[in-house]
Amino acid sequence: MPKLINLTGDQANTFELLAKDYEGDVKANTIVPMAFFMANREAVLNAGNVGIWIDSEEQPEELPETAKTLPVIAINFPKFMDGRGYSIARYARERLNFEGELRAIGDVLLDQLSYLKRCGFNAFDMRDDVDTELALSSLGEFTEAYQASNEQPTPLFRRR
Amino acid sequence: MYIYDEVDSRIVKERVAQFQGQTDRYFAGTLAADEYLPLRLQNGLYVQRHAPMLRVAIPYGMINSTQLRKLAQLSRDFDKGYVHFTTRQNVQFNWPEIKDVPEMLRQLADVEMHAIQTSGNCIRNTTTDQFAGVIDDEVVDPRPYCEIIRQWSTLHPEYAFLPRKFKIAVNACPSADRAAIAVHDIGLEIVKNAEGHVGFKVFVGGGLGRTPIIGSLINDFVAEKDLLTYLEAILRVYNRHGRRDNKYKARIKILVKALTPAVFKEKVEAEWAFLKDSENQLTEQEISRVKAFFTAPAYENLERNCAEFVAAQEESKGFANWIKRCTNDHKVDGYRIVTLTLKKTGIPPGDATDRQVDIVADLADRYSFGEVRVTHDQNLVLADVREDQLHALWKEAQAVGFATPNLGMLTDMICCPGGDFCGLANAKSIPVAEQIQLTFDNMDYLYDLGEIDLNISGCMNACGHHHVGNIGVLGVDKRGQEFYQVSLGGDSGRDASIGKILGPSFARADMPNVITKLIDVFVENRSEDELFIDTYRRIGMDPFKERVYAKAD
Repeated sequence: MPKLINLTGDQANTFELLAKDYEGDVKANTIVPMAFFMANREAVLNAGNVGIWIDSEEQPEELPETAKTLPVIAINFPKFMDGRGYSIARYARERLNFEGELRAIGDVLLDQLSYLKRCGFNAFDMRDDVDTELALSSLGEFTEAYQASNEQPTPLFRRR
Repeated sequence: MYIYDEVDSRIVKERVAQFQGQTDRYFAGTLAADEYLPLRLQNGLYVQRHAPMLRVAIPYGMINSTQLRKLAQLSRDFDKGYVHFTTRQNVQFNWPEIKDVPEMLRQLADVEMHAIQTSGNCIRNTTTDQFAGVIDDEVVDPRPYCEIIRQWSTLHPEYAFLPRKFKIAVNACPSADRAAIAVHDIGLEIVKNAEGHVGFKVFVGGGLGRTPIIGSLINDFVAEKDLLTYLEAILRVYNRHGRRDNKYKARIKILVKALTPAVFKEKVEAEWAFLKDSENQLTEQEISRVKAFFTAPAYENLERNCAEFVAAQEESKGFANWIKRCTNDHKVDGYRIVTLTLKKTGIPPGDATDRQVDIVADLADRYSFGEVRVTHDQNLVLADVREDQLHALWKEAQAVGFATPNLGMLTDMICCPGGDFCGLANAKSIPVAEQIQLTFDNMDYLYDLGEIDLNISGCMNACGHHHVGNIGVLGVDKRGQEFYQVSLGGDSGRDASIGKILGPSFARADMPNVITKLIDVFVENRSEDELFIDTYRRIGMDPFKERVYAKAD
């Protein structure tokens, strides 16, 4: 069972993650794959306690605007070297204007957290042996960055 | 030169501290080797055939004497007393211990240097013309834009895990392209539009490696304020859509080719529409702030061709040759641009000992305002030398082996470290370079031949840029033996072209003979002072092929 942390510490994982080929009814407290959501939009949105997950090769541009009301959007990293999820996250935050829980799932490593956070993630499914204190302290390793990002929309050059 | 402020310095130091922590966890066994790998790569640390290799960035080739002395000292303290200047304006230490690297980075940070993103699947060091800012023939100085790109790309949160490495080069010289922008992932050519505003022609998808391609022009004028948002749009399209299933198909060139440049451009501009007017749009204030670091040094008011300088050339043919071959016109009267060649026979191209690096630092302080540039053909440049001091400089440079007047000649080869050092190489490259240098040791003959680019890579990764050599040599593995494939007709300049393969490959021992035959065909067919590349373009591949592969009668 992965360990869920957010920007402040360990969290109880109240959502069950459903497989990519899930077919069936909308179940409370689950995270359904994007394809399932696209086929069952109304039911998922009406449930109010069902989130979705997007795989790295999927196109978030296809999501309806109403997806921003979902309680959680998870983005999968099949391998930590697959960096598509960073751009998908920025799409979710900056185009879809999603303000809920944006969760990184899959092969999520401690040393990626600070980049993930800057791209808009605020929850991380980590391996269960991860040291939460170390993970949280990695978020503070940099006190400044050059680029505009989700957490600092004004690039450094406009603040110098 | 750009000088760090408190924030620049803090970011680099925080990166060193972060890497120290990652390295500690690796040695403690709490960070797996395969997870440490991309982290160390993004800090320039490879594990090579014999030892780790640390690659340090020399942003767009600019380095000062203090930084050079630091490199020399680190090579003494943590390495074998030499460094290697690369074809991408970086510098490498070939023998450090992994455990020492955080300390080396800490000391580099003290002199405003870093190894951030010198490797890994991220945006690498931005490169430019080694004569930037000191030649007449330049739209504007490209270095401020390179520094703006450096800052934007440094620790960019979204582009640390791209499908593959990503290289940007900038050129601002209308008559030449010393930055080889056509063979970069993004090539930016600085231009002025009809209203006199500065902007960029944007080429995308050029590259060498297994699939050499010349970049495609996707926009002929991106205004300077839009530089970062346009780059951001290109990178985002690449990050989302570049192939990740096969590392040999993962460079942006494959994506651009698959989509076609026109469709790629549409995708970029659709993305750009969202980014264009964001806070990432550059401000006049920021452009001016960065430009202020690249102002002219305190030039004296001098005459061009002073009597002393003219007389020295009349007295010494050697000096006159060196002036002709290894120096270029400067935009300011009374100054010349000097290239110190690191291509002495018997020394791996681009290598310099700690003593030589200290001497270059010293020469820079005494002759050229304390600054040096590193070139993509692995030489060093003193950009601002007074004409009346050139003779004294020449004497000193000669004494340390930096004045071999072979710049641009056949023996001024670009050569990767090859199988002697690199774990990727199929074949050694340095001994081939040495054999060729020994075969062509007559300087007068080399001058008669004129400029010929001979580029050698030890494998398909093409670090020696063999595809764009007029003569390219590629190390290949043939049933466990080292062989060399020769190509002709490559060119990295204005009329960039990719060389074509001559035919079956050769054993190492045959290489000097093969090159001699190629040169013979050129000499026999050449009209007047025609350059090798022009003769090749005129007569084609066949005469070269016939001679080299002719059966002995």
